[in-house]
Amino acid sequence: MQKWKEKAVKLGLLGASSTSILIVLLIFFYLIKEALPFALDPGLSSLSGSLWAPTSMLKESFGILPLLTGSLLVTAMATIIAIPVGVIAAIYISEIARPAEREVLKPFIELLAALPSVVIGFFGLVVFVPLVKSVFGLSTGLTALTGALLLALMAIPTIISISEDAISSVPSSYKQASLALGASKLETIFKITVPAALSGIVASITLGIGRVIGETMAVLMVTGNAAVVTMNPLTSVRTMTATIAAEMGEVAFGSHHYRALFWVALILLGITFALNILAQKALSKYKLG
Amino acid sequence: MKKINIFSAAIATIGTVALLLTAGCGGQNGNAGTNNGNGENTNPQTQTVNITITGSDSMLHLCNNWAEEFMKNNKNYMITVNGGGSGVGIKALINGTTDIASASREMKSAEKDEAKANGNEAVENLVALDGIAIAINPENPVKDFTTVQLKDIFTGKKTNWKDFGGPDQKIIILSRESSSGTYQFFQEHVLAKENYAQTALLMPATSAIIDSVAQDKWAIGYVGLGYASEASSRIKVVPVKKDNASPAVMPSEATVKDKTYPIARALYLYTKTTSTSDTTKFIDFVLSPDGQNIVKEAGYITK
Repeated sequence: MQKWKEKAVKLGLLGASSTSILIVLLIFFYLIKEALPFALDPGLSSLSGSLWAPTSMLKESFGILPLLTGSLLVTAMATIIAIPVGVIAAIYISEIARPAEREVLKPFIELLAALPSVVIGFFGLVVFVPLVKSVFGLSTGLTALTGALLLALMAIPTIISISEDAISSVPSSYKQASLALGASKLETIFKITVPAALSGIVASITLGIGRVIGETMAVLMVTGNAAVVTMNPLTSVRTMTATIAAEMGEVAFGSHHYRALFWVALILLGITFALNILAQKALSKYKLG
Repeated sequence: MKKINIFSAAIATIGTVALLLTAGCGGQNGNAGTNNGNGENTNPQTQTVNITITGSDSMLHLCNNWAEEFMKNNKNYMITVNGGGSGVGIKALINGTTDIASASREMKSAEKDEAKANGNEAVENLVALDGIAIAINPENPVKDFTTVQLKDIFTGKKTNWKDFGGPDQKIIILSRESSSGTYQFFQEHVLAKENYAQTALLMPATSAIIDSVAQDKWAIGYVGLGYASEASSRIKVVPVKKDNASPAVMPSEATVKDKTYPIARALYLYTKTTSTSDTTKFIDFVLSPDGQNIVKEAGYITK
C-alpha cells in the first residue's frame, strides 16, 4: 500500500516536471504546422528576398532579409556594449568589492533584471531617443543604436549574475597559489581567476544574447521598424520580434502573410534554441572543470 | 528500472495532455455559459438572438464598441463581429452568411445587383465618417500638400523637403503598422495602392506618430482626425489640395462632412431589405445619439 502511494506521488511529480518539455514540443509542433503550408505555396524561395511588404496591394512580398539583418544588427551592437560592462562588473563584485558594496550592488542589479521590458522601452523613448538624436545630430532618434542601448541594459544583469557565479566558484586554492607565487591581485584576477571561469562567462554572454534577440516590446517602441537592409546603426531597423508582435494581431488567419509570420517565429526560435544549447554546453564544461 | 521510468514518463505525459485538453474545453464551455447566464435575468423564456457583423477591419473596433454597448442594454442579444475587409463583408451579405456587412466604401452597383439577384437586396446605412489629417512638426515651414505630393512622399519617390518649399532636409516618413485600418485606407486612397517607401518608420500606435512628429522637425505622418485635434498644440496639421487647381482644405468635422477634404471616407453598415427586426433594432441603436457618441469616442466623425 505504502509502496503504491509513493509511486503515485513520484509519478505526479514527474508529470509536473515534464510539462515544460511537453510545452516546448507542442510549441515546436504548432509553429511547424502553421508554417509548413507556406513551403508549398508560395514556396520558401519567396522568403529570401529583401522586400518585406506583406500587405502590399500590388504584390505581396515576404523577404525576411531586412528582418534578419535588423535583428542581427541590434543584437550584435547590444552584445558589444553589454559584454565589457557586464563582465567587468561581475569581476568587481566577486573579487574586488567589499562585502558592504556587494550588499548594495547585487540587489540593484537584480532589480534591473526584473524591470518589465515595456517599462524599459518607455524609459528609452523618453530618454535614449532624444539623446541619440542630439548626440549624433540625427533627424530622428528611432534607430538601431537606440534599441541596442536598451537591449544592452537588459542583457547586463544576466551577464553579471551568471559571470559572478562562475568567477566566485573558482577554487580559492588557485588564487592562493597565484598570490603565493608572487603575482599581484590584478594579475591573479586576469591571468588565473577569469580564465578559469571563462566557460561560465561565455555561457552568461550566450544567455544574454538569447534574451536580447528575443526581446520585443522595447525594440518595437524605439527602433522605428522600417524594414530596410542596412548595417548602419544610425538608421531605423525592423526586428523579427517586432514584426511578429506588430502584425500578428490583425493578420487574416491562414493567409500567406500569417504563415510567413510563423516562419519568422520558427527562425527566431531556431536561433534562440541554438544559443541556449551553446550556453548549456559552455556551462556544463565549467562545472566539470 | 530504466524501462519503468520511461514508461511512467509516457503515462505522465499523456496524463498532462489530457489535463490540458480538458482544461481548454472547460474554459470554452465556461465562456459560453456566462454569455447565456447574462441573458437569463431580464426575461427567462427569451432565446438568445444572434447577429453577425462581418467586414471592414478598420471598423472592427467601432463595431465592437457598438456591440458591447448594445448587449449591455439588451442582454438576450449575442452580436459577433468579424473582420476580413469590406469586400469580404459585402460578399458575405450577398451570400446571406452575415446579417450586417460593415464597409469603409460604398457597395458597387454590380455588387448591389448581385445581392438583389440572390434575394438579399442591400440597404445602405451611413453610420460614421472618417477623415485623416496630415501632421508635420510646427517648425516645418511647408504650407500645404496636394494628394499627388503626398503620394510621392509616402511612396519614397521624393525624399527631400526642398521639393515642397521647405529647407534641404531629408523627409522622415511615419506610418502606422500594416495591421492598422488607417494604413490600408491611406495606401488605397493616397498611395493609389502602391507600396509605402521601405524607409518609412512603422509606428505601433497613433500616439507614437504624434510624439515623433512633435519631436522630429522633419517628420511627416498621418493620424485620424480625432487624435489630430487633441494634439493640435504639439503638431501642425496641414491643409490638403485635391489637385493643383483646387483650394487647400483643412480637415475638420465640417470639411469631412461636405466632402471638400480629400482624404476622407464614409463608413457604412449594410443590411438587407429582408432583415429581421432584431437587426434593425441594432442599426437604430447605432444611429441613435448613444450610438453616435461611441463614434465620437472612437475618434471618428458622426454622420
